[in-house]
Amino acid sequence: MPQPQAAAAEPIIRTVGLTRHFHVGGQFSRRSLHAVDDVDLVIGANEIVALVGESGSGKSTIARLLARVYKPTRGQVLYRGRKVAEIRTRKARLDYAARVPMVFQDPYGSLSPVYRVAHGVMRALKLHRPELSAAAREQEAERILKSVGLTPPREFLDKYPYELSGGQRQRIGFAQALACRPELILADEPVSMLDVSVRIGVLNLMNDLRRNQGISFLYITHDIASARYVADRLIVMYAGRIAESGPTEDVLAHPKHPYTQLLLSAVPDPRAPVSLPASSEVAEPPRVIDPGEGCRFRWRCPYAIERCSVETPQLRVLRPAHEAACHVAE
Amino acid sequence: MIATKVLEVNDLVVEYASEAGPVRAVDRVSFDLARGEFLGIVGESGCGKSTLLFAIARLLSRPAEIVSGDVRFDGTDMVSLDDDELRHVRWRRYSVVMQSAMNALNPVMTVGSQLRDAIQAHDDMPGRKIQARSEEVMRLVGIDPIHLKSYPHQLSGGMRQRAMIAMALVFTPDLVIMDEPTSALDVVAQRSLMLQIKELQRKIGFAAIFVTHDMSLVSHFSDRLAVMYAGQVMEIGPTNTLFASPKHPYSTGLLGSFPSIRGARQPLQGIPGAPPDLARPPAGCRFHPRCPHVMAHCRTIEPPVYVREGVDIRCHLYSDGA
Repeated sequence: MPQPQAAAAEPIIRTVGLTRHFHVGGQFSRRSLHAVDDVDLVIGANEIVALVGESGSGKSTIARLLARVYKPTRGQVLYRGRKVAEIRTRKARLDYAARVPMVFQDPYGSLSPVYRVAHGVMRALKLHRPELSAAAREQEAERILKSVGLTPPREFLDKYPYELSGGQRQRIGFAQALACRPELILADEPVSMLDVSVRIGVLNLMNDLRRNQGISFLYITHDIASARYVADRLIVMYAGRIAESGPTEDVLAHPKHPYTQLLLSAVPDPRAPVSLPASSEVAEPPRVIDPGEGCRFRWRCPYAIERCSVETPQLRVLRPAHEAACHVAE
Repeated sequence: MIATKVLEVNDLVVEYASEAGPVRAVDRVSFDLARGEFLGIVGESGCGKSTLLFAIARLLSRPAEIVSGDVRFDGTDMVSLDDDELRHVRWRRYSVVMQSAMNALNPVMTVGSQLRDAIQAHDDMPGRKIQARSEEVMRLVGIDPIHLKSYPHQLSGGMRQRAMIAMALVFTPDLVIMDEPTSALDVVAQRSLMLQIKELQRKIGFAAIFVTHDMSLVSHFSDRLAVMYAGQVMEIGPTNTLFASPKHPYSTGLLGSFPSIRGARQPLQGIPGAPPDLARPPAGCRFHPRCPHVMAHCRTIEPPVYVREGVDIRCHLYSDGA
């Protein structure tokens, strides 16, 4: 990897107080939707970090902020210690896009139906690695297809998307990302549109790419079981804020935030003994439009105290490398 | 055979007409359903599970058509009913909860007027009674009746889904057919809705058919489970038995595709390959190209249904009574 030595100590991505609000309502409305508030996260080399949360919790907004689709309202994204917001030149922009590419949720909508598979992969190679000769590009494309499990590669390069299954299309999505020689792939719900029986294959692929090529992943999902399957670290989001983060197994074994506890108890698991809670917890979406001070989970929280409605809880370290944003948790 | 079975499906075949010839989406499916029973139907996208539901509810529209087989609901042959006769049975004695209530509710009508529409289409209830009944069913599903005046966009996803269930229950049907009613919800809302459906079922006593692609979702809720693959029921039996000892290699593979949040973290394989195109189903057993236990005759001879320990299995592995 052609990385400058000085930057090696810095994590690939670090965010500082990352915040994104959206204006809602009519032209004169002053209301704003707090999609992401004060998120500090770090993604280092060779690790898979899962960002877990329900729909509307801000997890996709984070991916888009990292991919520079949105500009942050406040806060910074740092790539190897450099502020992403200060990228000005086309070359720097391309370079960042190549190092931190994105794989999308919908493999049916994210590949153009009129081009062969080769088109997308070759285009990424031409754009991001202009030093390669035509013959070297061909070779590289074949190598990449092999590494995402599409063999024989020549045959797949000549196919159109309609000839591929959902799982194969998603592998093409990863192949296009790999063509840029990425350090970190932002994978936004990459398996949620796939059939249950082929999801595991794509998760295994992420794991293989990390092990064999040292690529990091931000795996965004609502499915905590699949997050556990691949991720080293888990970040649980609730209503635009990080509720809890830590090593995957530690968070699952010792969930500190009441939301994480609720989430874990709701996961259907055929291997678990049948236990039906006495009452059905009413799940209402949290208020993210002008939420004000206080914990955003307090309306649903069984342990809420007065302090929760006046002071926004900050992340506190409760176990080694494991933090939760809760006034009550110990 | 009158009182105990609410629904009997025999050798049901549904085909879609296409330029390249008929595509068989449901192939000789048979099962029955006792009163108050909860049947889960699981399968991947394109396995024919929704088509099966639509066929049972007589909601199919061209180019789909019931080619053969019969569906008996409370002893009535559903396949031969005409539209007028259907109107008396539909919604009153069986009802359907569609996938994604987000789109199934009319956005420019209040929930109350949609309920009133549904009631008036199938019964001539006086206005006051309609109002009373509407309030009653809303309370039943845990929504404040004040929301009868609300428009769908004013309700949360979970509430909309519950409003759909309320609509399905206005006439206290014997059978409620549900097509992935929870797929648009997050896990917490999903679980609370499942618990509520189960509770209502216990209270009212309707039988339910619940279609989903998420096997683990129904694991704690259904009495029996049918696993569909490429238009056929590959395995059907008591849910507990099926989860404890899945018999069909497809069921085993499907179960092994779900990572768990409990126990040791173990590598999983899923099922190699992809489900077949129903326009060109593989010869022999439809699962053979992906099956880890494939034998020579699986490629040519279609397996019949074998019964082992109260479970119906469509697989050659069980031919010798093993």
